[in-house]
Amino acid sequence: MGRDAPRDGARRVGLVRFDVHVEVRGLEGIADPEGQTIERALPALGFRGVDSVHVGKVVRFVLDAPDGESARATAEEMCARLLANPVIERAEVTVVPAAAPQPVAGS
Amino acid sequence: MSAVAVVVFPGSNCEHDVVRALRGLGGDARLVWHGDESLGDASAVVLPGGFAHGDYLRPGAIARFSPIMAAVAEFAAGGGPVVGICNGFQVLTEAGLLPGALRRNTGLRFVCETVTCTVVSSRSVLTSGVAPGTRLALPINHGEGNFTCDPATLAELESSGQVVLRYEGNPNGSVAAVAGVANAQGNVVGLMPHPERASAGLLGSDDGLVLLRSLLDSAADGALSGRSRGAAAR
Repeated sequence: MGRDAPRDGARRVGLVRFDVHVEVRGLEGIADPEGQTIERALPALGFRGVDSVHVGKVVRFVLDAPDGESARATAEEMCARLLANPVIERAEVTVVPAAAPQPVAGS
Repeated sequence: MSAVAVVVFPGSNCEHDVVRALRGLGGDARLVWHGDESLGDASAVVLPGGFAHGDYLRPGAIARFSPIMAAVAEFAAGGGPVVGICNGFQVLTEAGLLPGALRRNTGLRFVCETVTCTVVSSRSVLTSGVAPGTRLALPINHGEGNFTCDPATLAELESSGQVVLRYEGNPNGSVAAVAGVANAQGNVVGLMPHPERASAGLLGSDDGLVLLRSLLDSAADGALSGRSRGAAAR
């Protein structure tokens, strides 16, 4: 089974599928040694004019929710409780309706 | 006599070292699986080093949701001694039982060496028997031991004696070279160095024994008092 397929197979009635994109970055002012290392490496390869390199991580998933607002609220709660550590990170959530209707088995 | 519970997460790798070191001091220790929901009659808890759940997402981020962690939080709230070593320290910060967070080392290197640390405060279950200023040779072994917190939190930790251990030099970039911190009550402690690996001269140092002995003494005190008080060490 593909990792992109919903585990429970069928979508619950009345729910819309959203693509959620969570970008987790270090808080402003907290040193980003990975970003700094990349910033030093790029000029060594001849790339000029690079500044302010930051490394973060991206978590993508699909989420079934009644509407976009509740999808966003759910995703932000996920960030607060698991996806980001508020002591050192901040998360930016983007929610868009799923690109194309996906055929769902059994419905 | 009740034993020190050493929690085993999938990916822990220092649990047997901790048990062996505690037993070598005459203490009793047993392993507890992370999927268990009870600590039984444990006198203290150790979260050992390793890579719980593969350090996925962030070190400790998944382990904090292990079933045993509810019991650990309850035990800590009751004043019970809880010590997190290395990955265990990361789990305790993620669980909110200790302040701050542990980030990627400055320089991005995984550091594996014996460092000298200074005991800063005796106000914790791990340092209660050690005079401030005592220097200890302890191994460190981590990629994400760079302790960080905001300046206000650091000032609070420093002024209230919650910084319990500090590196000489600063191998990983931690703020104020912090190697170990305690909660306000002193009964929950986290440190990146491994006292259990400094438990015999043959290993290069037995300086970790004074810390583990303090833990066993605190555990015995708690058992005697029925652990009703908030702080296990003053």
